[in-house]
Order: sequence, then structure tokens, then C-alpha cells
Amino acid sequence: MAKLRVTFTFVGVQVQDPVIWQLSQKFAVKTNIRRADIKDDIGWVTLELEGEEEVLHQGIEWVRSTGTEVELVTGDVIG
Amino acid sequence: MAFATALKCRECGREYPTDPLNVCEFCFGPLEVKYDYEAIGKTISRDRIQNGPLTMWRYEDLLPVDAANAVDLQTGFTPLIKATNLGRILGLDHLYIKNDAVNPTNSFKDRVVSVAATKAMEYEFKTLACASTGNLAGSVAAHAAKAGMSSYIFIPSDLERGKVVGAAIYGPTVVAIDGSYDDVNRLCSELADTYPWAFVNINMRPYYAEGSKTLGYEVAEQLGWQAPAHCVVPSASGSMFTKIYKGLNEFEDLGLIPKVNTHMHMTQAEGCSPIAAAYEAGTTRVRPVKPNTIAKSLAIGNPADGYYSLKVIEDSHGDATIVPEEEVVEGIKLLAENEGIFTETAGGVVISGLKRLVERGAIKRDEVTVAYITGNGLKTIEAVEELVHPVHINPTMAAFHEQIPNP
Repeated sequence: MAKLRVTFTFVGVQVQDPVIWQLSQKFAVKTNIRRADIKDDIGWVTLELEGEEEVLHQGIEWVRSTGTEVELVTGDVIG
Repeated sequence: MAFATALKCRECGREYPTDPLNVCEFCFGPLEVKYDYEAIGKTISRDRIQNGPLTMWRYEDLLPVDAANAVDLQTGFTPLIKATNLGRILGLDHLYIKNDAVNPTNSFKDRVVSVAATKAMEYEFKTLACASTGNLAGSVAAHAAKAGMSSYIFIPSDLERGKVVGAAIYGPTVVAIDGSYDDVNRLCSELADTYPWAFVNINMRPYYAEGSKTLGYEVAEQLGWQAPAHCVVPSASGSMFTKIYKGLNEFEDLGLIPKVNTHMHMTQAEGCSPIAAAYEAGTTRVRPVKPNTIAKSLAIGNPADGYYSLKVIEDSHGDATIVPEEEVVEGIKLLAENEGIFTETAGGVVISGLKRLVERGAIKRDEVTVAYITGNGLKTIEAVEELVHPVHINPTMAAFHEQIPNP
């Protein structure tokens, strides 16, 4: 099983979409929320995702396809 | 001896032992090194620093490792040069260039990697690793060689040949990844969780980042134990920007310099300016971008220290400047032709950003200003090679006079 710590950012009407619930319904990915800040027009949620590596990547690609931004909590590590 | 006492979460304040960790296990906030400043205050002094080595390790009391075991390539204490020619052109009487391009692997990354490698040895890691677009790769590979560690360098597969050679020569395993920067970032995070390696800017990051404080200490010491009125700094993740300011403030808190009234000016290239864009938008929420800039050493689309950089700008009454891509090379030329210093593209961003700051009145003629040059121009030859047009002649005096009539 692989784990990834990521931040989802929702913009505009997406703030109201149950993206995290849908992710766990569509893919065998465990979601574990640690921090969040949701406002009317923008919101972010920091969470850990756990699942088989390939399923995890498919899940992240699906989240991105909804227009949600997905970034590592560490920020970019390339330097 | 080291005065680091703990790692502390910058978000929730929870503390952890000084282990190889980079995020808070509770809230996933970033961790920062906490020091016993009272004990440091009893030890440190101007004399003690001045009697130390002519390297960054003269500030050992403020670094989170034991300097006696430092993995040291003689990094730091780089020249602070009075830039009289450039100052005259820009209208500044007290302009200084901090030339950090003369470090052992030709960039400021040696400061952070030296600390990270030393900490990695303390933890008895056998392997040093990083993901890099150039500067970090060379520094990690060189320090691993010095420390007798093995090293893994992960690079995007389209990285320029010169940068690959600049790292590969030290003997690391170089892994070129076919994919986007996002893919490289994600894979390296997964590798860091999987292998018992010291990833310098992942599990070593809290210690690694502290190395940049020495850029603040050195400038203050070289200016005769005072902070400048302005620092003009290039930014990628924003880490160095925040640490220079932290370094200056630590010196003030320890009584080594008078009150710090330094304005911190961040510069980013237009093709990757997420922090400066947030500043301009008046928000502390940095929106990630896809980098598309010739300043590749600044191409961090999702900057880890973006929020904290914006706080430094606010605290220091500084600002952020976005430099158009076409002005990056102009900045490189301006520095080279007037001060004899050849910088990489990040330095071009700094000099062009400085020019804009003066033009809009953010820096006054009589104020002490330091522009940070963090990498050597030979690393980004491709950015400027079109500017070079040698005169070709046959090996005769006649041919020379024909081409150069009035030498």
C-alpha cells in the first residue's frame, strides 16, 4: 500500500462538491483529513491518501479531472 | 556543539525530537528547527565568529548540527562586493552584490546541502538523494562524494546535458525520469517514504533549510555588523528568502547587530511567479502554477514556503516583483558588463528586479542594498549563447585590421 499526503484546492462552485467522498466511492482509496479551510469561493483540504499505488494514481488523476488542484503537502521537492 | 533542541510545527506548534522528519504527523504542517537561544547567547559573540573558519561554519552555533563533523567543501563566506559601476547606472550609492556563485559547486545550494549532508551522517544514513533541475544535483552529488556516501539524483529527462554532467561527474546514480515536474515531485516523495535515504529537501528539509540563514549572517558581518536597508532575493520555494530574514533577526536578538530594518524584496520570473502573483493579488493563499521560465533554478510551481515568504514581505515592509522573461537576459548582461560577474538566469531575475525596484522608488539612492547572486552563469549558457558573436579572421595582421580597423 502506498500513502501520499496532499492538498486539494477547490475553486468556485467546486467548493460545494463532495469530491473526497466521491474519490473514496470510485476508488479503493482511504482518505484521512488533517487540516482544512473552506470559504465561499475557495477552499483547501490537506489529507492523507492510502491505497495500492496504481489505484492511488488513478484516483488522483480523477480528482484532477474534476478541476480540483492536487499538490503534495511538502510543496515541490525538485530544486 | 549544536543548540537545536526540537523540531516544531509551524502550523500547530507541536514539538518533535530532532529526527529525520519534515512534516507534523498530526496536521502535516512543515517543521522548523527550534534552538536554545539562551544558551547560544551565552556562547556566541562577534569575536568567536571572527575567529572561526572563513566558511559558513563560522556560524556553527546557529546551525542544527555538530560542526566538528561537518561535511564541508569550504562553502560560504563568499564575497560581498561594492558594485560601484552598476550602482552608478541604477542610481544607487551603496549597492552590494553577494556573490554566492563562487561556492564549491557554483551555487548557494552548497550551504543547505552541507547542513543536510552533515545531519544525514549524524543519523547514519548511507545514501544522500534529491530531485533536481541542476544546482541541487551537483551539490548533493559533490557532498555525498566528500562524505563517502552513495547518492541518487533524480532529474527530468529533458535536463540540459551540461547540468547532467555537472552532477554525474561526482559519481552518483543519476535517474532521468520521463514525465512532468509534477511526476518527478510525486515519485520522489514516494521514494522518500520507501527507502532509508536522506532526501535533502524531503526528510532532511528542516535542517537543510537552516543553511540559508548563513546568507543573512554573512551579509550582516561583511557590512560591519549591521543589516542592510534592502535585500533583493530570487525565489523558488521561498525558503532562502525567509531564512535570510530569519538569520538577520537572530543576529539582532542575540545582540550581534543593531535593530533590523531590512526590507525584503522577492524577485520571480514571469513564467513562474506564484508567490509574487499572490502578493500582487493581496492574498496569502499561493496558487500553484505550471512553470514555464528560462530561470529554471526558480521553476517551483508549488512553493513550500510561499505563505511564509508572504509573511516576511509583510513583516519587513518589503514587496515582490515579477520580472518579464525577456528582461532576465538583460539582467545577466547588466551584471556581467558592469561588474564582471557572470550569473545564471536567477541572477538575471534579481538584477532586472532590482532595476524595477529603483525605478519605482522602492529603493532610495543612499540606502544600503544587497542583491543576492546565487548561481554561476556557466550553468545556464544556453540562455545567453545567442548573444555571443566572435569576429572570425585568418591568422594574418591584414585580416585583423580588416575586421578591427581601430583597435
